[in-house]
Amino acid sequence: MNKLKSARTGGILVLMAIIAVLPLFLDNAFQFEIAILIFFNAIVCIGLNLLVGYGGQISLGHGAFVGLGAYGSAILTMQQEWDPLLSMVVAAAFTGGLCFIIARPILKLKGHYLAMATLGMGIIISIVINTEDQLTGGPDGMYVDGLSFMTDQIQWYWLIGGLLVFSVWASLNLIHSPIGRALRAVHGSEVAAEVVGVDTTQYKVLIFVVSGVFASVVGSLGVYYSNFVTPDIAGFFHSIELVVMVVFGGMASTFGAVIGAAILTILPQVLTFLHDFEHLVFGLILMLTMIFLPKGLVPTIADFFKKGDK
Amino acid sequence: MSAEFLQFLFSGVTLGATYALVGLGFSIIYNASHVINFAQGEFVMMGGMGTVFFLGLGLPMPVAILAAIALTTLFGFGLERFAIAPARGASVVTLIIITIGASIVMRGLVQVVWGKEFHAIPSFSGDEPIMIGGATILPQSLWVLGVTVLLVLALRYFFEKTIMGKAIIATSLNRDAALLMGINVRLVLFISFGLSAALGAAAGILVAPITLTNFEAGIMLGLKGFCAAILGGLGNGMGAVAGGMIVGIAEAMGAGYWISEYKDAVAFILILLVLFFKPSGLFGKTGTERV
Amino acid sequence: MSLLKVENLSIEFGGVKAIDDLTFTIEPGTIHSIIGPNGAGKTTLFNLITGVYTPTSGTVLYDDEGVTGFKPFELAARGMSRTFQNLQIFFNMTAIENVMVGAHLHLNRGFFSSFFGLPTIKEGDRHCRETCLELLDFVGLRDYADTDTDSMPYGALKRLEIARALASKPKILLLDEPAAGLNPAESREIDEVIKKVAERGITVVLVEHDMKMVMEISDHILVLDYGRKLTEGTAQEVRNNPDVIAAYLGG
Repeated sequence: MNKLKSARTGGILVLMAIIAVLPLFLDNAFQFEIAILIFFNAIVCIGLNLLVGYGGQISLGHGAFVGLGAYGSAILTMQQEWDPLLSMVVAAAFTGGLCFIIARPILKLKGHYLAMATLGMGIIISIVINTEDQLTGGPDGMYVDGLSFMTDQIQWYWLIGGLLVFSVWASLNLIHSPIGRALRAVHGSEVAAEVVGVDTTQYKVLIFVVSGVFASVVGSLGVYYSNFVTPDIAGFFHSIELVVMVVFGGMASTFGAVIGAAILTILPQVLTFLHDFEHLVFGLILMLTMIFLPKGLVPTIADFFKKGDK
Repeated sequence: MSAEFLQFLFSGVTLGATYALVGLGFSIIYNASHVINFAQGEFVMMGGMGTVFFLGLGLPMPVAILAAIALTTLFGFGLERFAIAPARGASVVTLIIITIGASIVMRGLVQVVWGKEFHAIPSFSGDEPIMIGGATILPQSLWVLGVTVLLVLALRYFFEKTIMGKAIIATSLNRDAALLMGINVRLVLFISFGLSAALGAAAGILVAPITLTNFEAGIMLGLKGFCAAILGGLGNGMGAVAGGMIVGIAEAMGAGYWISEYKDAVAFILILLVLFFKPSGLFGKTGTERV
Repeated sequence: MSLLKVENLSIEFGGVKAIDDLTFTIEPGTIHSIIGPNGAGKTTLFNLITGVYTPTSGTVLYDDEGVTGFKPFELAARGMSRTFQNLQIFFNMTAIENVMVGAHLHLNRGFFSSFFGLPTIKEGDRHCRETCLELLDFVGLRDYADTDTDSMPYGALKRLEIARALASKPKILLLDEPAAGLNPAESREIDEVIKKVAERGITVVLVEHDMKMVMEISDHILVLDYGRKLTEGTAQEVRNNPDVIAAYLGG
């Protein structure tokens, strides 16, 4: 128990140290950009991991929730001239509300049927964003003002880095609480969870909403940071990319979600020198990793050290 | 029946036949391995692009088509042998990601070798539209429908009458029992992936003269084929065919009578509505959970 | 006054009546066994009582409240828990965490206090861990507390399910073949655990094939055959009933 607790605290400390020291090694705006992008992706993945990794559900449509946050913020600030932070909160509430409404019918489904439903939902939202161009600017996207008090990139680095640390901490809190155990129990055996008093539907809905809100907030902050949004953010590929990050890093591991996000955000950048071969090599690396480390990076490494103990 | 309605129906059944073939591919692989193959759309794309390539080499059409199907089937075999078989025992999500990886690899490969441009395949028997009841239908649509019917009949024969077909069904019902009865489960998986790839390629070749093809042409076709398979109840072959037809007709009607911009959304709206009321598809089994 | 009252209960699967017009009562503070040949409908009956299945017709009264069609978690909140014939362990958790899930209803489950890791949650968990350790001790698994369940032996997992069910503080505990697949020594241990559970004043409903165990510890036995009541009574009465002998010997 204490060992576990210290591993959690230790993990957070290591993460904080990395975020604190990293700027010393980043020497241009592009590298900061990538670091911030990693933080953004990692936060979405932490939320998604609660649903997929711990709750044992699947979502192939989470990009849509990032998109709802992004476009919600963009539309409210630019067309309604609302305050950006208020817009962010309202967009998150809207996304959370939508998740709440669709969670019951959707999460009744299991396995591949759930995959299909979440995928379909994501695609519908992305088609709406693409089509309603008077509201969203259509495929061309739209320009969005930033946060007036965020004047340069380094501030964003600290803000999103701080938010990442908070997300990791909160996610770990949640996992090691009665709610988190109930959630993992849903994954382990729904019927066994029910007979000891866990309302499994309630927890599935809860975690769907929580992961949707994580995604929405990141979407909002993302447009304030980049001042621009296109429908790709809500698309099928972004959704797939997010799930892949979670599984690559290791399901049911909060730090795995962070590491998966980091590696799969950096990898395409590293591979750009391959030009046309970039996607081919990316796909191969993805396949090989999942074939040889089917549980993902972090759990595989953790197992390795556990075996070393014995 | 108005000519307009008939027109939409023709385009709906043509689309539907394509989705049916793609959906069948999903079903066959799912039955044998419980894997949802997200590279199914890429098999479709490779059929079309492969035909373009072999035609470009100067091969006559029938030969080019057979060569493209053979090439795609090889990819199907390869996917099973080098990606799915080594990952046996991995979780469903992991297997899904492996097939997503495979789809990225196949798109990447086609893009590198054959480029990003759109290509057309000439129609099999001319482009002169045929008039039926005030509506027109392309000869290629008839090819799509006719070949789909033949393929579905051939598959029924295969699964009901041949040893290999029965072995695939036995494996899907109970893998362990099949193994104990001396069925070569590894071979069953291998054949299933090859068969699905061949079906996908056939679908891709049949529609390529109507829709054009490029390295990304399989994405939407794959997703809608997945819709068809789920709509009919995963693993139910005839269900997938019916699901494909329903999706195709709904899409054509939606585009015709509603807003054409939302054409691509119709399939997904339909699937969500169906799943909300029938969580295992229209013709899927609703089993009682055993504890 | 009876704790559980089952009246004219029936369920059909595709036209086959798995439980057919069954009526019986269970008195509080007893060990009540349900026996019968394979396929007699014992597990189905458990699934009906605990809300896993909804009956086709008939009613279940628990503590004088009509609970037909209630969800399992609603029944758990009223003091009913169970174990499973085929293990239903949370294999993604350690042994102690499995038991702590059992205590779910008795913990502070506020979202924001959990999210922000407030001291009330941590304090509650510390206390919960202690009581759950006692329960592990009670079933003889204290040494396994922080072991991942996927590396525990089968016999230990059977007992872990009992500890998990006890953590929900049930008034009535339904045990579905707790000794199935165990060797004689392990069976005796389970036997002892069941007796100790009953001594705590918990009503035990037991489905078991180990006749020696059933005859020894049951206050009352209900015999099922093809979903119907064959007979019921004390061990002595049931043992001498010619119908029971016929059903078991296939006469």
